[in-house]
Amino acid sequence: MRQIAQFLKEYDGTPLRLMEVCGTHTAAIAQTGLRSLLSPRITLVSGPGCPVCVTVTSYIDRLVELSMEQTVVTFGDMLRVPGSRMSLNDARAVGGYVQMVYSPMDALRLAMEQKAERFVFAAVGFETTAPIYAMLLEHMRREGITNLSLLTSLKTMPPVIDWICANQNHGIDGFLAPGHVSVVTGSDYFIPLSEKYKLPFVVAGFDGPQLLAAVYTLVQRQGQSGVVNLYQSAVTPDGNRQAQQMVQKYFEPCAAAWRGIGMVANSGLMLRPEYEAYDAGSGGLEQDNGGNKGCCCAQVLTGRLQPEQCPLFGSACTPSTPQGACMVSQEGSCFHHFNSRK
Amino acid sequence: MKITMAHGSGGTATSELIDTVFAKAFHNPVLARMEDAAVVPGAGRLAVTTDSFVVSPLLFPGGDIGRLAVCGTVNDLLMSGAQPQYLTCGFILEEGASLEELEKIVHSMAETAREAGVMIVAGDTKVIEGQGGIYINTAGVGFVPEGRNFGAVNCSVGDAVLVSGQLGDHHAAIMSARMGIENQIVSDCAPLGDMVNVLLASGVQVKAMRDVTRGGLATILHEFAEASGNSIELEEQRIPVSAAVQGFCGVLGLDPLYMGNEGKMVAVVDGTDAEKALECMRNAKYGANAAIIGQVCRRQESAVFMNTAIGGSRIISELFGEGLPRIC
Repeated sequence: MRQIAQFLKEYDGTPLRLMEVCGTHTAAIAQTGLRSLLSPRITLVSGPGCPVCVTVTSYIDRLVELSMEQTVVTFGDMLRVPGSRMSLNDARAVGGYVQMVYSPMDALRLAMEQKAERFVFAAVGFETTAPIYAMLLEHMRREGITNLSLLTSLKTMPPVIDWICANQNHGIDGFLAPGHVSVVTGSDYFIPLSEKYKLPFVVAGFDGPQLLAAVYTLVQRQGQSGVVNLYQSAVTPDGNRQAQQMVQKYFEPCAAAWRGIGMVANSGLMLRPEYEAYDAGSGGLEQDNGGNKGCCCAQVLTGRLQPEQCPLFGSACTPSTPQGACMVSQEGSCFHHFNSRK
Repeated sequence: MKITMAHGSGGTATSELIDTVFAKAFHNPVLARMEDAAVVPGAGRLAVTTDSFVVSPLLFPGGDIGRLAVCGTVNDLLMSGAQPQYLTCGFILEEGASLEELEKIVHSMAETAREAGVMIVAGDTKVIEGQGGIYINTAGVGFVPEGRNFGAVNCSVGDAVLVSGQLGDHHAAIMSARMGIENQIVSDCAPLGDMVNVLLASGVQVKAMRDVTRGGLATILHEFAEASGNSIELEEQRIPVSAAVQGFCGVLGLDPLYMGNEGKMVAVVDGTDAEKALECMRNAKYGANAAIIGQVCRRQESAVFMNTAIGGSRIISELFGEGLPRIC
């Protein structure tokens, strides 16, 4: 490991920009101090890998609206994300019903305990979380639950990575593939993209040695296609078939709106028509009207700007006064850059 | 039996509650006088503090709100160098609270007070409408012996930073209980009198002490760095965290550096006394996993930073917002 660290510190080849597309990697890179070990010629940029960060304002607005009529059940990260008028936290202060939970299954429990109340779960996430929502639906159907529905904002990785790479000036030299997503999808999931754009992909876990090895591998394989799996303890080439089948049972691909990016074809998952009864009106939530005009979440999410280059960073926008989702989430790149600023 | 609004009326039901629950458990000559205020002997410098406890669930692995209410206030007094002597307690009970649960909590308070060597000498009870919740406020008084003067401002270059045990236990235990997760994590909620006494009696030059509660280790070290105008350098590999808490944090995206304990302290001691202080902590009750985790150094670009296990350097920021779990 020492030799790898030395190589990366002394690297003086072509300047490289490597992108991670998983919020947990964003957090782990900050926690391990990985950037301090790299040559100035290796730059790590964060892609659209934090589910909260890529959620458009109309989705938040819809949740706010729903909270006035029924109880919105959500993960904690969503509470402070600004909508076009207010966040869910603000909604709570003006009489909205919002309940924070740690697992979608808590929503099931709430719905079963309080049969006279109506609940809606803010089902946000990527390939990793989608199987859990499928499980939730499976339980809801089995138990005959009718007072719980889902407002979905589910997204899939390859189409948005494709969107980034299709821009000729993307300047990305390799991808740290999302670890948790790969557990479900398998590492082969990224082969078509790797071949299409002749870029290396590395699947890695989240500890320091794995991250060092991943960066080393990407540097070594610059300019080459291929997917290398360093996270074999959890990721197989095919992934978790059972989870994939569950997702297919309940969801189908759709176009999806990404904060800062816009509509990306086939990059979302929506409930299949036969399960429409469980949908709280997820279709058509495409508008994205960030409150503060200066917010550069869009450029940050696509790796075109580092958080520090946003004019609001650290002044108008801090974790206490977030203007964009990237400063709210524990996985947001602005949040981590703010915490690591000198 | 359930708590009713009558128990807060000030009438016979209130007296009954006081006599059969509180006075019985906290019995001592000062409290037995049942006056409006406790008059206690004492001289010299007084330390006074108060804290309110609103934890849910009321009973959790490793403790309960009663033990917490005593430990929290006692530990605050100890960190100022005081010998804790007297506590008051105020109960706010919501209609529908279980009397059985209240009795358990009160007994636990009494037992913890005995362990900590303090007397609960005054109290108050209010009953309000609600859903059976129980809230406790405690205030504490202690005497500070002559010559003791601890404070963050005393931290100087070369001093060693010690922590008395594994981080995050209380926080993780409460979160697990709320989430219905069964694991081995138990709250560390404990009074730290024995540890402080052993440390101070040993002659170790203690500069500053804090108990690690809400905001976690990171918040305390920032206070030390800011007050003294120095920086604090930590070694990631020396920071004690149990495997269970580490795993729990990994799943939920939490950082033990920002999590609360209720029976752990940080001490900054003169660098030459580091090993001696470590031995004292390890030999004291609740200090088996104590460790030297870093040192005070000249002011750098960042107030608190950590040398990571892979040889990197990480800036430890202050805590922003709540430690909310992430979602993927």
